[in-house]
Amino acid sequence: MHQALSVSAVTTYLRELLESHPLLGDLWVQGEVAEFKRHAASGHCYFSLKDEGGLVRAVMWRSNAVRLSQLPRMGDLVLAHGYLSLYAPRGELQLYADTLLPAGVGLLYARFEALRARLEAEGLFAIERKRPLPRLPRRIGLVTAPGGAALQDMLTILARRCPLSEVLVAPCLVQGERAPASIVAALTTVYAAGVDLVILARGGGSLEDLWAFNDEAVARAVFASPVPLITGVGHETDTTMVDYVADLRAPTPSAAAELAVPEHDDLSALVWQSRMRLDQSVDALLNRTQADLANARSTIDRHTPLRRLARDRQQVDDLGRHLDRAVDRTTAMRQLALQGLVARLATLSPQATLQRGYAVVRHATTGHVLGSVIGVPSGTPLQIDLRDGTLAAVTVPLAEEESE
Amino acid sequence: MSNISDVETYEMLYGQLQAVVNRLEQGDLPLAEALMLYEQGTRLAAACQKLLDHAEMRVQELRSDEVYPDLDLEA
Repeated sequence: MHQALSVSAVTTYLRELLESHPLLGDLWVQGEVAEFKRHAASGHCYFSLKDEGGLVRAVMWRSNAVRLSQLPRMGDLVLAHGYLSLYAPRGELQLYADTLLPAGVGLLYARFEALRARLEAEGLFAIERKRPLPRLPRRIGLVTAPGGAALQDMLTILARRCPLSEVLVAPCLVQGERAPASIVAALTTVYAAGVDLVILARGGGSLEDLWAFNDEAVARAVFASPVPLITGVGHETDTTMVDYVADLRAPTPSAAAELAVPEHDDLSALVWQSRMRLDQSVDALLNRTQADLANARSTIDRHTPLRRLARDRQQVDDLGRHLDRAVDRTTAMRQLALQGLVARLATLSPQATLQRGYAVVRHATTGHVLGSVIGVPSGTPLQIDLRDGTLAAVTVPLAEEESE
Repeated sequence: MSNISDVETYEMLYGQLQAVVNRLEQGDLPLAEALMLYEQGTRLAAACQKLLDHAEMRVQELRSDEVYPDLDLEA
């Protein structure tokens, strides 16, 4: 090389070399804290990590430093995660740390905490993202080991509580190196099968046994669930990464199954309640109808025609009496008139003339009163009415006339 | 797998039952219609109860090579 490089060209080259290095770009470092300082104004933390053989300068920006539950003190043994780079102005190698944990917790836990912090910052655990479970799931996707007691327990509980719900089992490996990929694939399969609730479960085991459930890809696959997802991993005391991401964390697989569906008796009670409401409303309706009927009956009674009838009957009686009186009066008047006529008749009666010595001469067979001699030949039978009786006679020829 | 799941059947019947109960509780029905609804409601309630009591859970396994490679299943 015949040409000198500028200082900044060297520092830039070194910086790029360091930052693109696969190991140095994602690094856990264990060491003793020296000279820890938190810059009051900016909140950034500057410190060094050292051991008997060396020292690395380190910085932690405020955004990461705020997540520290407590600031480390000089002499603490810690685990730091971050990447190595060059601080050009001073030509210093520096660890840009994002996580700082007491070394005593072990690397596994340190990794877990680092991932948890990162996913939390990304919003994967956000409370407002948690979805309510379906009241009565139609199809439940179970992602778990096919042979495990966890699956049997869950199937038993689901069948006992709510056999209406259909269950799709997507079996997967739940431990070992290939478990994370298997779990992710099984989750993807149930998502595609169209379920409305997913349970991701695994029976109890050691912290290492459960490790697949702390995997970042698995956590992201849980986050990607299109429907509410319940986790039931390990025992009550175990909390894995998927538990933070899930819509609901159940302490065990059995508990997850119980939370997933309503109790048979609860559903039954709802049906029974509806049945009671049916009965009550029909009872009420019948009572109301009964009351309406009684009401109508008393109204009818109040307006009964019997009362009018009584009134009318009285009126008829009155009219009858009037009529009687009118008839009586008419009869009496006729009686009087009749008597007058009879009296007048009596004065005109031939009897009175007979009393005075006159006689009435009748044709004895025809009864005709004879007022003339014409048409009365001799030998005609006569009836002569006198004052006190009747004489029978026959006409004879007058001698004097014959002699003239 | 049938197109309509037991839950869907149940929810349909239960939904109808709710509708019948609500209609009856409004209480402005002619007696004949109310009694018809009542009869319908009791039948729906019985059908719901029967489903709850006699349903058998359907379980299906989604097995695919991708999901579940040829490994031993001890876990």
